Amino acid sequence: MSAHLEGRIQQLSVSRARSILYILAALVSLAGLADATYLTVLYLTGETALCGGSPDCFKVLGSGYAHIGRIPVAGFGVIGYFGVFSLATFAGFGYAGARRLFVWLIWAMFAVTLWFLFVQAVLLHAFCRYCLLSAAVVFLLTGLVVAGLSSD
Amino acid sequence: MKRYLPFIIVAAVGLLTLGSGIVLYRAKRPPTLTASTGRSEGRQTDNSSMHIRGHADAPVTLEEFGDFQCPPCGVLAGPIKQLETEYDPHLRVIFHHFPLITHQHAREAACAAEAAGLQGRFWEMHDLLYREQAVWSKAADARQLFNSFAGTLKLNVDRFKKDMESDEVKARVAADQEHGVSLGVQNTPTIFLNNRALEPTSLNPGNIRAAVDAAVKAKPST
Repeated sequence: MSAHLEGRIQQLSVSRARSILYILAALVSLAGLADATYLTVLYLTGETALCGGSPDCFKVLGSGYAHIGRIPVAGFGVIGYFGVFSLATFAGFGYAGARRLFVWLIWAMFAVTLWFLFVQAVLLHAFCRYCLLSAAVVFLLTGLVVAGLSSD
Repeated sequence: MKRYLPFIIVAAVGLLTLGSGIVLYRAKRPPTLTASTGRSEGRQTDNSSMHIRGHADAPVTLEEFGDFQCPPCGVLAGPIKQLETEYDPHLRVIFHHFPLITHQHAREAACAAEAAGLQGRFWEMHDLLYREQAVWSKAADARQLFNSFAGTLKLNVDRFKKDMESDEVKARVAADQEHGVSLGVQNTPTIFLNNRALEPTSLNPGNIRAAVDAAVKAKPST
């Protein structure tokens, strides 16, 4: 087998592995999208006051940090996760521009997630389980980026 | 076809998200609560069974439909009490029971408050139940704790135990709940300020304070 052919095969297998990681990222982002959509609906219907019977959840989602003006932060989460899903899908289909944007968006969401964890732990002294699920999703996505999606 | 596949997938997920969001919103959207103009007058007839804290003629009335086992109600109890103190004599607070079926000890707790009320200590028991909510709501036998609360409040505990079982107490709790249902109350806490329901989205201490403040300024006492 020639070196050129071996190199080509290696390139193809790396590309295939990346495609699988993008598909994985898209699937993981769907969990975040569902979580953020649910939280947005809770905010719009006022059910944050119920919040699954958890006072901590109410403290977090009823706080001033949970919305910007009249727009719930979870609404921005919906946009963010939908963006991640879309970019991961396009990247998986070989769109190079989408790959770069995907990595930037994940790092931006990672930074925002760190801020909200700080708010919950230090400023509010309460954790909302839905927010923790969202943080877990972002950490997982960041892990995928670190694992191999950032070197495109 | 493969060229269009990512667009189709993204559009499908977008539409699915939007559709499920709308369906969920419709399912969870609370009915608009509008208190009838005669509601307060109608309740005047059984004023003796209403639990009012604050000046009887206060120009601003905050009415809460609450469940002693509901955590957000517990979170709001302290701030609402604080408001009543701060805005006295301009604000009065009325509490109505609305024990949710999902809360194991909520109805018993409501009966405990009513039984304490028969000995003139409703609000003391109300405050104690909310303050100790985390303790009794997880207890297997909450009744024992309620009895000890009665002792703490220096109530006649034997009478308290009997009253908790009495039809009168159960009827008071049921009447409050029926009243709430008739107004369209579904969840707790539901708060009316001068007969207008506060938006469920605004039920946090800061927003309630702002609403009370605006109501007091709009209706200065004579």
